[in-house]
Amino acid sequence: MDKTINQKAWFLVLPVFLVVAFSAVIPLMTVVNYSMQDTFGNNQFFWNGVGWFKELLDPSTDLGGRFLASLGRNLFFSLVILAIEVPLGIVIALSMPREGWTVAACLVILALPLLIPWNVVGTIWQIFGRPDIGLLGYTLNSLGINYNYVSNEIDAWVTVIVMDVWHWTSLVALLCYAGLKSIPDAYYQAAQIDGASRWAVFTAIQLPKMNRVLLIAVLLRFMDSFMIYTEPFVVTGGGPGNSTTFVSIELVKIALGQFDLGKAAALSLVYNLIILIVCWVFYTVMTNAGVERKTQAEKEPAAELKPAGALQPAHALQPKEGVA
Amino acid sequence: MHSIPGRRVIMALFLIFLLLPIYWLVNMSFKTNSEIVTTMTLWPHTPTLQHYKRIFTDESWYSGYINSLEYVVLNTIISITVALPAAYAFSRYRFLGDKHLFFWLLSNRMAPAAVYALPFFNLYSAIGLFDTPWAVALAHCIFNVPLAVWILEGFVSGVPREIDETAFLDGYSFPRFFVKILIPLIASGIGVAAFFCFMFSWVELLLARTLTSVQAKPIAAIMTRTVSAAGMDWGLLAAAGVLTIIPGALVIWFVRNYIARGFALGRV
Repeated sequence: MDKTINQKAWFLVLPVFLVVAFSAVIPLMTVVNYSMQDTFGNNQFFWNGVGWFKELLDPSTDLGGRFLASLGRNLFFSLVILAIEVPLGIVIALSMPREGWTVAACLVILALPLLIPWNVVGTIWQIFGRPDIGLLGYTLNSLGINYNYVSNEIDAWVTVIVMDVWHWTSLVALLCYAGLKSIPDAYYQAAQIDGASRWAVFTAIQLPKMNRVLLIAVLLRFMDSFMIYTEPFVVTGGGPGNSTTFVSIELVKIALGQFDLGKAAALSLVYNLIILIVCWVFYTVMTNAGVERKTQAEKEPAAELKPAGALQPAHALQPKEGVA
Repeated sequence: MHSIPGRRVIMALFLIFLLLPIYWLVNMSFKTNSEIVTTMTLWPHTPTLQHYKRIFTDESWYSGYINSLEYVVLNTIISITVALPAAYAFSRYRFLGDKHLFFWLLSNRMAPAAVYALPFFNLYSAIGLFDTPWAVALAHCIFNVPLAVWILEGFVSGVPREIDETAFLDGYSFPRFFVKILIPLIASGIGVAAFFCFMFSWVELLLARTLTSVQAKPIAAIMTRTVSAAGMDWGLLAAAGVLTIIPGALVIWFVRNYIARGFALGRV
């Protein structure tokens, strides 16, 4: 590493530290404070110790049951959408046109769902999916499929998942596309000379090169789907019954709906802790991948690129700028 | 770049999948409510602008857009200003606790908004910022500042260190170097970071709704009012939705050449 050690750099980081501390640490302390207390209204608080946490992790109580059920639903949801969005995103990235105005057009359309406010995403799918006025719901029902996301649990789940695929696959695709763009042409030429099949090119060149962006994509998608709130709230309201109530929806219900501050705070802390752990695992893997890549890059030009390097003029080996 | 067989078909199908629900929303916004409820038409047979007219003439509607834009712009400016020096520090120096600090920032990007909704409500009520654009702008910093630092760090790392050293040898002071040399060099990165701050602040609803009541109410919260005693005003809801898509679409157009790299957080 060629970074110099300089403690004065703290002065440069200080503004960020203060801003984030103001909006993260102070509220978090309030949450910790609440989580240990019980209130009967009128701003009277009573010490409750770890009572809420015990209740939260015990599935036989009302609070624990609700929390663990929503956690299970949320994990299932995250896994399903990762299993759909990551492969689909890679396929879309590989299907991008090579050059010309279509590239820009595809990029703009792909990015469009990402910039729609989340509740409008919910509204769009509500309007699109309703059996009476929505194109999707109407078509499905006239085809003889009984589809109604308001009353049928499976339909509600399918709607929420398809909505998330619609909303976020583009993010994965754009990340992968950026990764693919950074692969120098020389790699492909080398593969061609070696007579590599299409599949071999994908597994030996494209996938390893997309490694890093894929990690970012999985991290972002996991986190955002794990704290999803607005879209399912607008479309299904957590229903029918509790079938699409995810952790955030449950939390808001307890905190802002029932004003059960102690319970909500305990839930918040456990929720945050889970996210922190997952985040830390990803961060460690990502930093290690970065180090590995650096050591690999030092070996690579000597070992692998020779065949292409011998045939191509030297500038072909320069990685292209990673912009579209 | 090598592509896969049938890529045109795949791409076309996916783009249709993306555009179809949006088309339906636009289609709805030009229909009268009676047409929406009574018939199923693929395009508006009696096109009307009544919903748009209502939004642009009723202050309680259009003020929502102004409120939203106000806190989004405020947030973008705050985020970029504080993130720039930090990004430089993370990219160039090692200092006590730098890795932990970076991870802590990152973890805030990942913190669920639902956790912070209530404490923010208390905090901003206590300091008298509740129901102002400042409350929402500051609250959104919790996820936008880390993101901006992350993106900008990638772009600053792309600037060779020799440039810094030469500038300091030439007698540039640090602030002067920063403004005159570094910022122009990473202008595209700043654009990308600003785009992302804009985007995440614009799409967020939970915090924006919790921290405002009347004066600074965002458009997203106002949209929930379309449910009335007479039933749902679908056309108005659709028109309001279409109008929230437009600023995003405009911003994408400006950064279209940097989108892919920006989504990789400047790290490709």
